[in-house]
Amino acid sequence: MKQPSGPSGSGLGSWARAIHRDRKGLFGACVLGAFALVAIAGPWFFGDPSALVGIPLQPPTWPHPLGTNGQGQDVLAQLVVGTRASLLLGFAVGLAVVLLGALVGVPAGYFGGRTDGVLSIFSNVFLVLPGLPLAIVIAAYLPASPATVAIVLVVTGWAWNARVVRSQTLALRRRDFVAAAVVAGESDVRILLVEILPSMLSVLVAQVIGSTVYAIGAQVGLEFLGLGDVSRVSWGTMLYWAQNDSALLTGAWWMFVPPGLCVALVGFGLTLLNSAFDEISNPRLALERVWRAHLASRGRAPERSTPVVRNHA
Amino acid sequence: MPEPLLQVRDLCVDYITERGPVRAVDSLSLDVRRGEVMGIAGESGSGKSTLAQALLRILPPPAVISRGTVRFEDRDLLALDEGGLRGLRWTRMSMVFQSAMDSLNPVITVGEQIEDVILTHTGATRADARRRAAELLTMVDIDHHRLDAYAHQLSGGMRQRVAIALALALEPGLLILDEPTTALDVVVEKEILQQVRSLQARIGFSVLFISHDLARMLQFSDRVAVFYAARLVELGPAASIARAPRHPYTQGLLRAFPRLRGGRGESASIAGSPPSLLHPPTGCRFHPRCDKAVPSCRERTPELIELAPGHFAACPLAK
Repeated sequence: MKQPSGPSGSGLGSWARAIHRDRKGLFGACVLGAFALVAIAGPWFFGDPSALVGIPLQPPTWPHPLGTNGQGQDVLAQLVVGTRASLLLGFAVGLAVVLLGALVGVPAGYFGGRTDGVLSIFSNVFLVLPGLPLAIVIAAYLPASPATVAIVLVVTGWAWNARVVRSQTLALRRRDFVAAAVVAGESDVRILLVEILPSMLSVLVAQVIGSTVYAIGAQVGLEFLGLGDVSRVSWGTMLYWAQNDSALLTGAWWMFVPPGLCVALVGFGLTLLNSAFDEISNPRLALERVWRAHLASRGRAPERSTPVVRNHA
Repeated sequence: MPEPLLQVRDLCVDYITERGPVRAVDSLSLDVRRGEVMGIAGESGSGKSTLAQALLRILPPPAVISRGTVRFEDRDLLALDEGGLRGLRWTRMSMVFQSAMDSLNPVITVGEQIEDVILTHTGATRADARRRAAELLTMVDIDHHRLDAYAHQLSGGMRQRVAIALALALEPGLLILDEPTTALDVVVEKEILQQVRSLQARIGFSVLFISHDLARMLQFSDRVAVFYAARLVELGPAASIARAPRHPYTQGLLRAFPRLRGGRGESASIAGSPPSLLHPPTGCRFHPRCDKAVPSCRERTPELIELAPGHFAACPLAK
């Protein structure tokens, strides 16, 4: 049998290559890179975003490229400074959700039996709770702060990941290489960490990306509803204040379009990046891409049967 | 001479890779006559399985058939559309895969699986299909009561027999056996091959038998084709090749098998390893490993030369 010879290994180099090859992935990486740069370096170029710098509700002008909000604060400064808070929380929650999901899902799938029973019931309970309404209720009771938003999102978001990871572990546990590891006398911990987890890396990466998109969206939603700390500057609180100042009614689009667009762009970039990671997890996709390009260059679409493409070098 | 059942001319199959196309079957011309067992021998990666799957047009991406013609029972296989191929697969040309015994559905009885094949492709009634399924099982020496057995209740050899019964269910003209006995022990292997041979003699279908076991193949086939690095290097009647292999590669392969009767000669191996098809050697692809190679082997691609009636070898030194 022929094995596809695609990008092998999961080293950073091969990931970078896969992203580079995939034009969508490359674009996603560029979008995210730009946001990361703004999040890291942006605040150095702007003063206090809460400073009252101009006449309230001023449309974009040269000194204030994105205008001012209802308090007379510079929208661009808020947008740039808010990037750090919004992204940090989004990625932190995304990672935490996946970590918690793996911590529950991997043992459930691997050990089975009573361990699986307890952990599965635990995650099923969280699955049947409606996520966002629960998040709103919890957030309303806890003191408003970024930490509250993060905790609420992690608590309501991890269960699906646990379920996916459990199924994946169940499938991997039956594979011959795991049986071989058991026979070779490897400990459970080593089998979990060295044999099973790396095989799931692509699933976990996809989960981090998906969960981060969810976390950023949900965080902005909670803050928009006023359940975050409205005195801190982030994309969500910008939208909250835009709503508070009736920006939609007065037509002050510069207050809500920029943060909304940023949320959409980050989600877009992450989703595009995911397609590159798909290819890493499934080398066959990379092979098929070359094959499809080869067919397309001869004006052919992929078929179910082996194509006959004559006259090529 | 009557029209052959399968006529392959100048067939090329490429795998499209990022570093360019890799030719896995290179300019192959081959006939399979009606009612004969044609053996295809070669080591892993020599293109024999690729050929089998290319005939049925079931090669997965990134494979592409890039040249040649394949005629089978008055049909041009490379010109058929999906509908035409569906009408051909299994009804006229069927295949037993290397791991065919694992291709049985674990939750459906083997009887139902055979019946399903018959019902899908013919207008038979359930009762007719069941009768035919029982007949097919008996044909491969499995008690017809086993129709109601599940795959896990059968041994590996029996499952492989069921796979063969499945492949013969629609009375195809050509049965492709792609290393059908690799996962079985030699005793079972021999039984199954003998059974295929006797069924073939009785029913009259042709067999394309793919294996890396040249010695087994020489016993079992009428004619044998030897592949090396995507090319046909020797083709001839099994008896003729067994007696006097002409190509140095075939000679090397046969020397590698110990003989039961005969001298105490060393069983030799062929030095080196098969070449990368991405950068195959120039000229004769076997020249880097050939102990008879002369400088011209590096430059000229050898043509197949008829050295004895029906016996061809792609080596100018074999004359």
